Amino acid sequence: MGELGIVVPAVLAGLTTGAIYALVALGLTLIYGVLHIINFAHGSLLMLALYAAFFLKTLWGIDPYAAVFVLGPAFFALGYVLQRGVIWPASHGQDSMILMVTLGLSIVIDNLALALWTSSTRTVDLPYAFAVIDLKLALIPLPRAVAFVAALAAAGLLWLFLARTDLGRAIRAVAKERLGAQLVGIDVRHVYAMCFGLGTACVAVAACLLLPTFYVTPQVGHAFVLVAFTTVVLGGMGSMEGALIGGLVLGVVETLCGLFLGESLGQIGIFAIFILILLFRPTGLFGGKSA
Amino acid sequence: MSKRPLATRRHVLAAGTAAAALMGFPALLGAQARTVKIGVLHPVTGGLSYSGIQGRHGAQIAIDEINAAGGLKGLGGAKIEPVLADAPSGPAGVAEVAKLNEAGVVAIQGPFASGIALPTTQEAARFGIPFLVDVGVVDQIVQRGLTNTFRFGPGFGKITGGALDNLAAINDAAGKPAKTVFLVHEDGAFGGGMAKLMATELPKRGFEVVGTEAHPTPHRDFTNIVLKIKSANPDLVIPSNYLNEFVLFARTLRQQRVNPKAVYAVLGGGASNIKFVKEHNADAQHIMDVNHWFDPRKPQSQAFQRAVEAKGVDLTYEVMLNHACMHVLAEAIDRAGSTDRAKVTAALAASTFDRHIMPYGPTKFVNGQNEGAQAVNTQIVGQRIEVIFPRAFASAQPVFPVPPKS
Amino acid sequence: MNPRLVVLWTVGLLVALALPHAVASNAWLNFWINTLMFAALGIAWNVLGGYGGQSSFGHAVFFGTGAYGTAVLQIKLGVPALLAAPAAIGLGALVGLFIGGVSFRYGLRGSYFALVTLAFAEVFRILVSSFAFTGAGFGMLIPLDQRPINLQFPSRFAFYYAALALVGIGLAASAMIERSRFGAYLVAIRENEEAAKALGIDVFRIKLGAIVLSAALAAAVGVFYAQYLLFVDAGSAFGPAISVEALLGPIVGGAGTMLGPLLGAIALHGLGEAAKAAMGPQPGLNLILQGLLLILMLRFLPEGLIGAIRRWRGHA
Repeated sequence: MGELGIVVPAVLAGLTTGAIYALVALGLTLIYGVLHIINFAHGSLLMLALYAAFFLKTLWGIDPYAAVFVLGPAFFALGYVLQRGVIWPASHGQDSMILMVTLGLSIVIDNLALALWTSSTRTVDLPYAFAVIDLKLALIPLPRAVAFVAALAAAGLLWLFLARTDLGRAIRAVAKERLGAQLVGIDVRHVYAMCFGLGTACVAVAACLLLPTFYVTPQVGHAFVLVAFTTVVLGGMGSMEGALIGGLVLGVVETLCGLFLGESLGQIGIFAIFILILLFRPTGLFGGKSA
Repeated sequence: MSKRPLATRRHVLAAGTAAAALMGFPALLGAQARTVKIGVLHPVTGGLSYSGIQGRHGAQIAIDEINAAGGLKGLGGAKIEPVLADAPSGPAGVAEVAKLNEAGVVAIQGPFASGIALPTTQEAARFGIPFLVDVGVVDQIVQRGLTNTFRFGPGFGKITGGALDNLAAINDAAGKPAKTVFLVHEDGAFGGGMAKLMATELPKRGFEVVGTEAHPTPHRDFTNIVLKIKSANPDLVIPSNYLNEFVLFARTLRQQRVNPKAVYAVLGGGASNIKFVKEHNADAQHIMDVNHWFDPRKPQSQAFQRAVEAKGVDLTYEVMLNHACMHVLAEAIDRAGSTDRAKVTAALAASTFDRHIMPYGPTKFVNGQNEGAQAVNTQIVGQRIEVIFPRAFASAQPVFPVPPKS
Repeated sequence: MNPRLVVLWTVGLLVALALPHAVASNAWLNFWINTLMFAALGIAWNVLGGYGGQSSFGHAVFFGTGAYGTAVLQIKLGVPALLAAPAAIGLGALVGLFIGGVSFRYGLRGSYFALVTLAFAEVFRILVSSFAFTGAGFGMLIPLDQRPINLQFPSRFAFYYAALALVGIGLAASAMIERSRFGAYLVAIRENEEAAKALGIDVFRIKLGAIVLSAALAAAVGVFYAQYLLFVDAGSAFGPAISVEALLGPIVGGAGTMLGPLLGAIALHGLGEAAKAAMGPQPGLNLILQGLLLILMLRFLPEGLIGAIRRWRGHA
């Protein structure tokens, strides 16, 4: 088979897919890194944001890329309220229970979407959806190139935010030492909710960048959840540069495994990496101390 | 486990059934003049919910027609009352069948997916409930000797055979421009089975298979597969998968500028979906599909199409098959003149019903399989899904090879 | 055992034995078979996750190994179910030994352990759906042949009592854990692994013992599932839904308690049915209600049902 000739375009495609994984994982790594919880509702929130972007486009003609500036803040607020109003009180601040609450939330959100919007597949047709950048060796669809650049920008911005702002420092303090942070007067509940809000806003941004080349159904989030967790673990939880590089690496690994093992068996590549990283370097590529 | 308690259980069960017959049946007989209950079982939540809900719509449209036309005449104008049930998975479906049994359904139709049909038909057999399978293309469904299980639509053996015959005919008529084929299929029961059959059948008809790629459902990215197709440069691409993957696949083909002589889907999820045609008209152009499809010329078809439009439902094969299935069931119950399950089963087995919207001719069940069932070839031309085979009721000539895209 | 408890247990057992006959209804019977089946799975999870504090997110891997084990042995190798069942349970235990061996050897805990089990379940799901020997995408259909040697019974009651027996075995195992030195060590590890190590407990071996026992019990439930439905496929045997089902019952009922998983399963499945009855056939509405009830339960009954009962009895 003439597979060598397609390795280059495949790897490039893997990088652009990986950028989407990174975007979804940026939000998750914030939540996972600080709250130390498995947020089961992450995929459902992605799905919700995809619907939001879809309706903004079809009802009001707002382009998904412009919708970033509407949905980012809106989903930040949603995440903040969910954490403050539902997840915190229902979980009593216990890790294992947060997991169950987010599971409950995801059941509610998924089926709300099903009841409200049916399970019909929805897509948007945009004039630039089939524009490509011709690199001679490969054709890169324009929306994927945009997502790639946006992932770099988002990771950079979040990194700056965590490193340079007071809230960013507070978040890192809570992530490292919850009790200590509390003792020096940091409002832990507020920090948690800010984190969840930011994580949810990241998911909304990811949704806006994904919609031009993908589809929405009430189940669409499930396709990204496990990959997002893998990305977070690979990059090291709480690490923005880790999520970015982790996502890109996984995109390429997935592509290469698919290329040489077939798409079905090739899925195993991601999980094999996941298991190996967990066993041999649970702090991830860029992680700090292990939990 | 010892044998004795089992015997006792069986005894108790028998006693229970007798008691139910004594107490429940008169109630059923009393209610007979007013309504006849039919179980409508589909996966309306979870991953298969689109198809399941579509199927439910089809059954409901048929029931509305039957009731509006005076109900079941053989039962004094009794109206059909659907008992709706959700079967997102096998175990859930089995539990629902027992509930349908207790709700007193005369028959069940559904449940779209083969993996759900296998255990649910078996469960229905325990209660002697006739079960009319709507889609479920896996052939084992009707090969287990279950006398209650009937399948109205064709199985994948039949679909594939017909698909390849028609493909050869189309190719011959155009002067045999296509010689090489690339198969793309989902890795589940139907896609996997289909691909295996085609890999052995295609060479017999003079085609060379230059590549086969399976993918999971859901699948996030088709770039790899499309790149492989690009490098193999086949004349034909044959996909067999579900709607979402089909849409992604078709769009990736266009993104990567791959233009085979034809995309000839066999049960391609999106290729016979009018929504796909409307929303992605450029990607959809000239895609051919072998799928369950109705005969638009039949007298029943006009009313059906109007009802589908009035309900705002997508026109898809799930709706069509379930609409037809409900009419088949209603006619059998009508002819049996009874709500007795055994009599309805016998009436179904003897059915020659043909006043449904599918292009099947008279119904004829052999070991539960409707021998008249066949898939048809469609092609997307402009804003429409045209039937191109069988020629007897084709609405258009096949466009093959397809004109190159701009 | 004090006499009051003996009376309570006897009554409980009699109720369980009579339960399927209380209402002459197959729906009622199926409800209890499903509930007991998942209760047994919850009890299996509870051995490792409840008593041992090692929350697994991938118990489907053991359940699926049991289900696929018995199916493959019967269909591909012609082994009668009566022999295939124990072999499949043994296979499940081996998978437990392997996963426990590598993850505990490398000191995985908390969410890391949860994620690694989840990943193993996915790997198994992909593997069985990739090879013809395990039915690939189609799954495995066990031929209908209702003889006891095939563990197939014409009467549904047989399945009810089999599920009840699974729950009974699981409860007996839990009771032994609560009374044994092994169990005491296991709980000590849950409470403080470093302290347990300092006391000279062989943490690795105790955890390994717990995961093997838990895996064997879960595999037994998988065997039951395969024999009950006579059909398994990769998604329903190794999918995340089973893993969630395994931990949901114990957490709602009360993790690390003997009866918590059973109560949790009954409550969840009961609520599920109630939600279905309340919301009608409109797709999804019943699940919305179920999700809301789950959140409310966590909000107001944080120690699980068992905890709530204990607190209520403490006040009374």
